[in-house]
Amino acid sequence: MDPVLKKKLLFISPLAVFSVMVILLFTGLGKDPTQLESQLIGKPIPEFERVTLMDTNQRVTDKDIKGPALLNVFASWCPSCYTEHPYLMQLQSQKAVTIYGLNYKDTVPKGLKFINDLGDPYDTIIFDENGRLGIELGVYGAPETFVINAENKIIYRHVGVVTDRVWQELIKPMLVDDLKGNTP
Amino acid sequence: MKQLTLAPIKVLSLLLIMAVSALTLKAEIIFYEFDDPVLEQRFNVLIQELRCPKCQNNNLADSNAPLSVDLKDIIYEQLHKGATDDEIISYLKARYGDFIYYKPPVKPSTWFIWFGPFALLLVGSFLVIRFLRSRSTTQSSTDDNTEKDSKDASMKLVEQWQSEAGDND
Repeated sequence: MDPVLKKKLLFISPLAVFSVMVILLFTGLGKDPTQLESQLIGKPIPEFERVTLMDTNQRVTDKDIKGPALLNVFASWCPSCYTEHPYLMQLQSQKAVTIYGLNYKDTVPKGLKFINDLGDPYDTIIFDENGRLGIELGVYGAPETFVINAENKIIYRHVGVVTDRVWQELIKPMLVDDLKGNTP
Repeated sequence: MKQLTLAPIKVLSLLLIMAVSALTLKAEIIFYEFDDPVLEQRFNVLIQELRCPKCQNNNLADSNAPLSVDLKDIIYEQLHKGATDDEIISYLKARYGDFIYYKPPVKPSTWFIWFGPFALLLVGSFLVIRFLRSRSTTQSSTDDNTEKDSKDASMKLVEQWQSEAGDND
């Protein structure tokens, strides 16, 4: 190799390595490692049979969940759920979307107190006392919200609080797109 | 030397504190009892290799998060139902993704982490060998040069002296 070129290459190589590292690290900067993608995307809701929180004699199964809808995982022990709840009430009052609740690893009195204090935005509340339905869904922390399309398939899972921005910019467009795709 | 003495009441209260703290400690540890030592061994390996999705840098063995406890319960139940290790791992992967297992699978998106270090080692050793080779050759040639240069210089000096001596004569 031409010695001048060789010297130039040698001179440039640290800069090249540095640039690659900057690009790699910079792309990682915006990522939240605590946000895991759901394994159930494109799949139906797992089969289940539970009682409802409001009436523990009443059964509810996966067949009762009818999309397009949201399935919101909440619990009275979950601080962020208190933050999220008023917005779910707002969505419900606007009749924006059907919301199902999954009361996750809670007790009936505490779950009921949560709903009585803050209001009930849910169509039905599935009571998952031992959290096993949560595990079937891959839930790892409340609040989590599953977006269910018209074909009763899970198209997205949001980990964390559903805010106006999350609804307007993420979930709503997703449901609209899905409806457009389904109606020829 | 002064002897360290404690009043009996102090010793008693100290013992009480130790006993109470031992009790609270015991309350936090959940024991999984096994009749079969083979199952117990498999359980211990699995909870070491599986990761807690909630507390991301802990394995299930090290975590007492409610979700970890539930997952350990599930592993315990499934082991007793006769599930194989692979079945348990794939059950959890189907719900929580490859993320839950500390051994990532070998697939195109993970080639970098599996083979990257070996590739770097190869490149590195190639560069080191080349560097050492080129250094040994250039060094021997420069040694020759300096020797030759100094010889030339001394020869010149001798010539100079001789010519100077000749001038003086």
